[in-house]
Amino acid sequence: MIYVLLFAFSVAALLFFTYWNTRRALDAQTDQIIEAEITGLGEEYEHFGLQGLAETVRSRSLHTGQALYLLSDGLHHTVAGNLDSWPQISNSPGNMVEFDYERPIDGKLETRRARGRVFPVPGDFSLLVAQDVHDRYLTERMFTTTLPWTMLAILVLGTLGGALMSRNMLRRLDAINRTSGEIIAGDLTRRVALNGSGDEFDTLAENLNRMLDRIERLMLGLREVTDSVAHDLRTPLNRLRNRLEESVAKLNANGSEAFEIERAIAETDQLIGTFNALLLIAETDAGTTRAAMSPLELGAVAADVVELYEPLTEENKVALSLAAGTPVAIEGNRSLIAQALANLVDNAIKYTPSGGQVRIRTAVTSQGVELSVADSGPGIPLADRSRVTERFVRLEASRNSPGTGLGLSLVAAVAHFHNAELILEDNLPTGLRAVLRFPKSSIRIVPPLSLKSAAE
Amino acid sequence: MRILVVEDDLEAQRYLVQGLKESGHVVDEAADGETGLSLALSRPYDVAIVDRMLPKLDGLAVVAEMREHGSSTPVLFLSALSEVDDRVKGLKAGGDDYLTKPYAFVELLARVDALMRRRTPAGVKTRLDVGDLELDLLTRAAKRSGTAIELQPREFRLLEYLMRHAGQVVTRTMLLESVWEYHFDPQTNVIDVHISRLRAKIDKGFEAPLLHTVRGAGYMIRAH
Repeated sequence: MIYVLLFAFSVAALLFFTYWNTRRALDAQTDQIIEAEITGLGEEYEHFGLQGLAETVRSRSLHTGQALYLLSDGLHHTVAGNLDSWPQISNSPGNMVEFDYERPIDGKLETRRARGRVFPVPGDFSLLVAQDVHDRYLTERMFTTTLPWTMLAILVLGTLGGALMSRNMLRRLDAINRTSGEIIAGDLTRRVALNGSGDEFDTLAENLNRMLDRIERLMLGLREVTDSVAHDLRTPLNRLRNRLEESVAKLNANGSEAFEIERAIAETDQLIGTFNALLLIAETDAGTTRAAMSPLELGAVAADVVELYEPLTEENKVALSLAAGTPVAIEGNRSLIAQALANLVDNAIKYTPSGGQVRIRTAVTSQGVELSVADSGPGIPLADRSRVTERFVRLEASRNSPGTGLGLSLVAAVAHFHNAELILEDNLPTGLRAVLRFPKSSIRIVPPLSLKSAAE
Repeated sequence: MRILVVEDDLEAQRYLVQGLKESGHVVDEAADGETGLSLALSRPYDVAIVDRMLPKLDGLAVVAEMREHGSSTPVLFLSALSEVDDRVKGLKAGGDDYLTKPYAFVELLARVDALMRRRTPAGVKTRLDVGDLELDLLTRAAKRSGTAIELQPREFRLLEYLMRHAGQVVTRTMLLESVWEYHFDPQTNVIDVHISRLRAKIDKGFEAPLLHTVRGAGYMIRAH
């Protein structure tokens, strides 16, 4: 709309400028002719006096043309000229005058516009020399009456045309947006539809589609690699574990050899655990997994995890509490979020000395939907905070405490998968506060009844 | 019980078949999807163990075909693929349970037993009994030797699951999957803590314990 207005004003300004310039040029031309006439008449007067001037005016008045003359005395009585009476001056731009006069054309009297100059002649006489500018005047009037209509037409047509065009553009942009949305949601097979016109939108769509083809190939490749790696490592690991189990079954269950093999099985399980965690992190981080997304209420997910860990905290003499804020549903994968939260709670319990507290909180803030775990443990030094989410990083030098060192990496990957942020900050007065902040765009409006804890 | 094993990794197949036979089952085996499918359709099995990736006919396709032909044999998928979306695919194709390789044999056996138990529906039960322990599913009340036991909702579900599988080994993963609906292993073994809490409620003060720990496998509830 703003473009239409701008366009209309530009057109109006341009037209007006042209009009104004043309008019000035025409006026200047008229004025020049009049000036020349006056100079000529002035010379007559100088040579032959008033009588001579009147003669010349009279003789020139016989030619019917554009030129108009009137010589009158102080009481406006006509002495000579082709105007019947002293005219009513309607307009006096500069030292020129404009007026209407009547003139017979084809036997009818017609009111016409003229432009001229009044020149005082000694003896209280006045000389009016003018040119008929009626044609110019008509054009001008036509212009000024049609200009508003032209403007209105431009506005109406421009608005209509603009609306049509922008509706068409919006529709096509909308189609592209919708398709991209579906692709982001995980359906990589979607493509932007072309309308075959070959215009800029079609080119854009074509380029997008080509880009998508490439991304899809890459993602498929990545998934294939992940699957092959998973398959090719799990198959021998499976055989290894089978054999160890087989050997332990053959041995006397209480012998020291059996004990050794059982330890080997435990080591294998640890290896498998690490491998599974790595694979899950890689898949989640790359977004190649098509983990099912559904609206879920963070408070309910948190309540389930709290319930799972509550007996453990009792045993460790750590107080675990949940402060669930306004229930709000976000689009997410319950299993992944629960696992991330479980990892955070697990860490918090592990590092909080007995008598300490672990607080889980859900809250809707101006920045998004937050799920946080705060403990009263030693916290993480500022310098290490960005490092702890890297794979295999554990802060204690000995690496002897249980765990794979992948817990926080998985949390970070889950955050990434959900377009959420993982923020590690100081908990006051002491401890660590880990916050998963989901973007506002992930909020889903769900009728309250369908929001049930997935554990129900 | 008659079990069908469809597994293309012959070493794994041999171990599986041997273990199942030692546990007292009759086992038929196939090394590719086509043979597996024709076996599955030719005679009734109590459980079919199907590898997810098979030559000739994919594991998913085998099970989908079985369901198409009206077979209701419970299927346990074995998969060496990455887990996140594969489990969902497997269950959608008509599988009843899903186990990722490498697995512990006790885990597999416990799941096979659970699937067989599911096969023989005992009608709609409103009461479960194990020894002198009773669980009323309608009033959600638990009693042992006539004495009422207070249970939290989750403890009730845990006990219900154990009692429905009375006399069978139930692994920690199975409990986590069925009672909590989590398909991941928490870093710390929280299930043990829940079990010891439940044990304190149902066994404390009684001479004969009902809830037993099966070493290296899981738990079992049984009367003597």
